[in-house]
Amino acid sequence: MGEVKESGVQEPALIEIADGVKKIPGINAVLGPLNMLVNWGRAGSIWPMTFGLACCAIEMMDAGASTNDLDRFGIIFRASPRQADCMIVAGTLTKKMSPVLRRVYDQMPEPRYVLAMGSCACSGGVFNSYSVTQGVDTIVPVDVYVPGCPPRPAALMQGLIKLQEKILQEQYRWSLWR
Amino acid sequence: MTRPISKTVNVPVADGDGERYTLKMGPQHPATHGVLRVDLELDGETIIKCSPQVGYLHRGFDKIAENRTYAQSLILTDRLDYIAAMANNVGYCVAVEKLLGISVPLRAKYIRTIVCEMSRIASHLLWLATHALDIGAMTVFLYCFREREVMLDLFEELCGARLTFSYPRIGGVRQDVTRNFIDVLQRFVAEFPTHIGEYETLIDTNRIWLKRTVGIGVLSAAEALELGLTGACLRGSGVDYDIRKHRPYDAYDLVDFEVPLGSDGDIYARYRCRMEELHQSARIIQQCIDQLPPGPIISEDAPDLVMPLQGQRKVEAGSSTYGTGLIRLLEDKGEFPVGDIYVSTEVPKGELGFYFISDGSGRPYRMHVRSPSFIHISALPALAEGSMIADLIANIGTLDVVLGECDR
Repeated sequence: MGEVKESGVQEPALIEIADGVKKIPGINAVLGPLNMLVNWGRAGSIWPMTFGLACCAIEMMDAGASTNDLDRFGIIFRASPRQADCMIVAGTLTKKMSPVLRRVYDQMPEPRYVLAMGSCACSGGVFNSYSVTQGVDTIVPVDVYVPGCPPRPAALMQGLIKLQEKILQEQYRWSLWR
Repeated sequence: MTRPISKTVNVPVADGDGERYTLKMGPQHPATHGVLRVDLELDGETIIKCSPQVGYLHRGFDKIAENRTYAQSLILTDRLDYIAAMANNVGYCVAVEKLLGISVPLRAKYIRTIVCEMSRIASHLLWLATHALDIGAMTVFLYCFREREVMLDLFEELCGARLTFSYPRIGGVRQDVTRNFIDVLQRFVAEFPTHIGEYETLIDTNRIWLKRTVGIGVLSAAEALELGLTGACLRGSGVDYDIRKHRPYDAYDLVDFEVPLGSDGDIYARYRCRMEELHQSARIIQQCIDQLPPGPIISEDAPDLVMPLQGQRKVEAGSSTYGTGLIRLLEDKGEFPVGDIYVSTEVPKGELGFYFISDGSGRPYRMHVRSPSFIHISALPALAEGSMIADLIANIGTLDVVLGECDR
């Protein structure tokens, strides 16, 4: 690299592909602070777990299907909590289902995020009854709320983009690197 | 050092060694179509005993409905069978109209028939998509959702919602259809048989699909009747029972359609039945569009809904919000009969019945929903016991259960 500088040839400009993450043109390498690199990698490959409970699960499937292709965001649905980063709680959570939700959440490796999709998952929705948990945030910590009954696939995408923004700004949340 | 040549190893067949174990499948499982738990007792890979556990999505519909007026409970029926919410709405409205003695204008009947059949197409497409995905055909999933999206866009144009519509009203429908809606729908109906052909090209004679479906999950006509099955599950066994034909409601007695029947009673027969129903639904929609008469879309006997449409809401001074206004309007009608009534309609899953006990007040004393999914899930042991565990996925898929409707 030193030779290049002495001969007066200008270094190729680094391309900024994300906040703080720069790509060196011509070779397969990126440069940046470690936390930003890690956040960039996490935000670009959210693998959600399909926790489809009720109506919203249909819109979640729709978001992953041909018209609204979630693969564009690097989002691939996984059926196992061990392989997932994010849990999309789509639908009404009943009291009978709550322990299952908690167990599945505990099975997910960190870093893990929860996206509450739909009015029922956010607050219980229209079902203010004896058997419905009034919001999943009483069971697990929630990162993003997507309201709607059910939210459109575009709304779910907006929620996932918000989650990506949140991940990109993270510091010191999951580990001790600086 | 030479590696030892691999010998042929005789793997002992696990079946029949007498060692049984239990396996709890679900409630969080990608192939159970929601939150169904199945407790399995296995001998090797053979299912000895299968008992479905329901209730993970019990939301208390029946109890909530007791505290609401008839008009307010309409939104609950959206969330029963959320794949075909329109058919549920219509079923509820037909039942309440029969209880209150409200007659529906002819145009509204035709519009309801159109949206019911659109709902059937959307529901069967989702069934085919997930059923094929469970068995391993990913492409069908993507193809089906392509056409399903057209249906959902049309619904959105009609009433503003994609999944939970609340479009029919007691005594009619909420809004009239637009010219564009009819045009797009007619184009869709004309080209839809071509799309059905595309799905059939993918799986109809696919060797894997045939191996997974032909001769699996066989129910004879007598067994299916005994289990109380309705819909395509019953018709796949060769029993000719369709409420649209035998106790017609809305405009079903004014259109011409056939009830497709299977004969073998296996998964493949039920699959063929549903595919033929798609053709028949397209046919019904085409006839309804051709015959669609002019006229009002909501009955004069439905006071709570005529007034918002005509801008004459007689909301009393004490009632500040729309909701309370609606309660008074319905309860003040003062014409509620005392007695009970059971009215059933044909939704994509089967027979959906609403049972009301009315005590003369504006709210049901008791509302019971006879949901096809709840009945169908009880047929799972009959289908699955004695078969292999891999066939359980196909058997759950073929019953076409929706747990929101099953657990209520």
